[in-house]
Amino acid sequence: MILDSKIPEGPLAEKWSKHKFNLKLVNPANKRKYTVIVIGSGLAGASAAASLAELGYNVKVFCFQDSPRRAHSIAAQGGINAAKNYRNDGDSVYRLFYDTIKGGDYRAREANVHRLAEESVNIIDQCVAQGVPFAREYGGLLDNRSFGGSQVSRTFYARGQTGQQLLLGAYSALNRQIHEGKVKMYNRHEMLDVVVVDGKAQGVVTRDLISGKLETHAGHAVLLASGGYGNVFYLSTNAMGSNTTAIWRAHKRGAFFGNPCYTQIHPTCIPVSGDHQSKLTLMSESLRNDGRVWVPKTQAMAEQIRKGQLKASDVKEDDRDYFLERKYPSFGNLVPRDVASRNAKEAVDDGRGVGGSGKAVYLDFSDAINRLGKNAIQAKYGNLFDMYYQITDENPYELPMRIYPAVHYTMGGLWVDYNLQTTVPGLYALGECNFSDHGANRLGASALMQGLADGYFVIPYTLGDYLANIGPKPIDTSHPAFAETQKAVEDRLNKLLSLKGTKTVDEYHRELGNIMWEYCGMARNEAGLIKAKGLIQELKADFWKNAIVLGKNEELNMSLEKAGRVADFIELGELMVDDALNRKESCGGHFREESQTDEGEALRDDDNFAYVAAWEFTGENMPEQLNKEALVYENVKLTQRSYK
Amino acid sequence: MSGNMNLTLKVWRQENASDKGGFVTYKAENISPDMSFLEMLDVVNESLIKKGTDPIHFDHDCREGICGMCSLYINGRPHGPKRAITTCQLHMRSFTDGETITIEPWRATAFPVIKDLAVDRSAFDRIQQAGGYVSVNTGGVPDANEIAIPKVIADEAFNSATCIQCGACVAACKNASAMLFVSAKVSQLALLPQGQPERYRRVQSMVAQMDAEGFGGCTNTGACEIECPKEISMTNINRMRRDFFTAKLFKEEEI
Ligand SMILES: Cc1cc2nc3c(=O)[nH]c(=O)nc-3n(C[C@H](O)[C@H](O)[C@H](O)COP(=O)(O)OP(=O)(O)OC[C@H]3O[C@@H](n4cnc5c(N)ncnc54)[C@H](O)[C@@H]3O)c2cc1C
Ligand code: SF4
Ligand code: FES
Repeated sequence: MILDSKIPEGPLAEKWSKHKFNLKLVNPANKRKYTVIVIGSGLAGASAAASLAELGYNVKVFCFQDSPRRAHSIAAQGGINAAKNYRNDGDSVYRLFYDTIKGGDYRAREANVHRLAEESVNIIDQCVAQGVPFAREYGGLLDNRSFGGSQVSRTFYARGQTGQQLLLGAYSALNRQIHEGKVKMYNRHEMLDVVVVDGKAQGVVTRDLISGKLETHAGHAVLLASGGYGNVFYLSTNAMGSNTTAIWRAHKRGAFFGNPCYTQIHPTCIPVSGDHQSKLTLMSESLRNDGRVWVPKTQAMAEQIRKGQLKASDVKEDDRDYFLERKYPSFGNLVPRDVASRNAKEAVDDGRGVGGSGKAVYLDFSDAINRLGKNAIQAKYGNLFDMYYQITDENPYELPMRIYPAVHYTMGGLWVDYNLQTTVPGLYALGECNFSDHGANRLGASALMQGLADGYFVIPYTLGDYLANIGPKPIDTSHPAFAETQKAVEDRLNKLLSLKGTKTVDEYHRELGNIMWEYCGMARNEAGLIKAKGLIQELKADFWKNAIVLGKNEELNMSLEKAGRVADFIELGELMVDDALNRKESCGGHFREESQTDEGEALRDDDNFAYVAAWEFTGENMPEQLNKEALVYENVKLTQRSYK
Repeated sequence: MSGNMNLTLKVWRQENASDKGGFVTYKAENISPDMSFLEMLDVVNESLIKKGTDPIHFDHDCREGICGMCSLYINGRPHGPKRAITTCQLHMRSFTDGETITIEPWRATAFPVIKDLAVDRSAFDRIQQAGGYVSVNTGGVPDANEIAIPKVIADEAFNSATCIQCGACVAACKNASAMLFVSAKVSQLALLPQGQPERYRRVQSMVAQMDAEGFGGCTNTGACEIECPKEISMTNINRMRRDFFTAKLFKEEEI
């Protein structure tokens, strides 16, 4: 199949406005004749649903939590980027565009990223109008900070809980439409399949998580805004419920999956403390502004630390290896996320890791405390230090923090065209669940921006064009495809419930996570990936024989919910491995050991891999078909990143 | 890496909303002090599943104290013994080896039990749907810096906005009153210039919905403020009362 990205013609900066003008409009009197289904109530889903309802469409929104406000977006800490240039420090739409393309290691579409930068400014206006309490300065105007190594201050924030405040804004807009009767909200409902009628998405099958009842819902279009799939690694910074089911089911109904192997591993997380660990906690990237990363120079000394015979503070200056400062004299501790993560892994693999498990490096604030005083450090990072203390029971004012990289974000997702439509007409993907704007690596504070741009400012236009084209003909669930899809869902649930083996679903999930982390994590190579593929196939076969799934369908059954999600993760895991095998270059978060510079840095291969890999499902247990969308750069020049 | 704590758990089990429910005792063995409280329950659940027993159902998601999904009434206190944190942020080192821990769901008429420790808090959503918003559509709004907001006001609004909608305030209150939660929501918008046009209408609709949901009245006992994981202050309640009476007395014509 030829992938048509539908990127508009014309100069970069005019593409979006021209496109908006060329899109068809739906007659205002007809809008109420359309129903739109939205899966997800995070930043992308809530903003889309509220905006579409305001325009007059009828919207049905689904989320698996008990309230739309609990979507995983709530957990974002650091901030949201926007090219407002309120600081007068040289920011512009073009600079935000350029930074994002470069940060993504030249694997994103120019046109999409430029549109994102253009809309970024409107997002901040919208949020403030809703009553989002962004941080302010004494003069009463909005405060900014710099983030993720960017050279300008363009990040808007709300203490350490920007995600919660932005989501509460979108949630309040959603609430208003629920009150108006334009949005019908379904909490504690999980979408388990997409219904495709005559090649177009026309509805979904959902399960009421309290009663177990399966329902079908018809809509003129289906919007997926179901978040990222980082939990394929079992341990990640994502919420426990974050999963791939919505997009994986859609993938199996014909939506191509874009760049599944692109994963972001965040360098500063609290390390794993034991087998019981259920999730990992992110420590803000801002800590690297003042903290120095080090491990002991020798393995022997690291061993002593691990055994508790030596304290970090007793390691002499000469015996410490500040490896980021040593290897990257100009960027030092502030190298981008992927570089910092890989180097921490190298130190640990070299036997110089610290902490009980040996899987950690130090982030040391003693210099900063000596230089600036404890109070200054407390003012800057007080709540992060408290959080660290609470989790680890170690006082970071006295002992260096122990940190280690953790899975944080998935740049891959459903392939979408410029209109955010997947390869199934009428099926759209917004927010983290699509592949669109971050290339092979996402910059800090850009995910919130993308989710809200998609929902508030892109989909209301692009969806209108599709709806105008198909016309407001009434639709319902009477087409046989609805009953058939529901039957398929029911059969699968029954099959899961019949599993009365010996291993818990969590055990399978952990095992999958280990395979993914080991072979498809921070560094990947051909032999390892081939091995992983075999291991995942074995795991899948074993799961469908030996897993234990208790209870019945007609009740709140968290075992059953989890089993369905883990089964999907296992299949996705295999596709990620296929994608990583295929991409024989290193780029952004994807590091193939075979493709590195003499100095051990990621080496891109633009001649052979400047494309989006869009995978097509061809049948159960069949190899997926690779489709390529060539990436064309008309405005920026591709260069090798260097942080030396 | 398992640990060395052994505990006895008395857990509320209830099959569904109509079941009477009751306590069941479980052993939690080889618990590490570094586990979070919910990880301890995960361990117990894994062993229950292996024995073919339905695991203990409880709500949770982010496990870092921000989504407000976790709950649990632990030894008679919402979110357990420590102040200013949620259950998912509580660690086992806050308990002692050999201890018996009682775990119950939030108890309030307006929060019916769904199963075991999971309750239905959708009443909180409905209160906000009744008016907890600024009526602006997407697009066509002024520039974000058009209205300056004094930092003290912005910070105060922010303090109210940190509420995570967990419901501990209701669970802590002997009247099962939702005043702390509702007043935090009302205050955030009442403090900000963007919230002014609908200020008095908003407080009336939200309070009316709160009453309709069956929450109890507030008698100023202050348990809510003590148990709130986000340290939402009772000042919010006073502020809401003031607005509510102002609305009733003087602003009828604007409502
Ligand atoms: C700890 C942490 C900190 C972060 N900090 C930042 C930051 O500072 N800045 C930044 O820009 N980004 C940050 N990010 C990334 C950012 O938060 C996410 O990428 C973004 O919020 C995702 O939003 P979303 O709307 O796409 O999905 P989500 O917010 O994940 O929402 C998904 C929704 O889909 C629903 N759903 C999923 N599957 C189904 C189904 N099958 N049926 C029904 N409903 C379903 C869920 O219920 C939920 O409502 C952070 C991420 C993490 C993990
Ligand atoms: S006021 Fe506090 S206790 Fe009540 S819902 Fe909000 S955060 Fe929870
Ligand atoms: S699980 Fe989110 S606050 Fe506890």
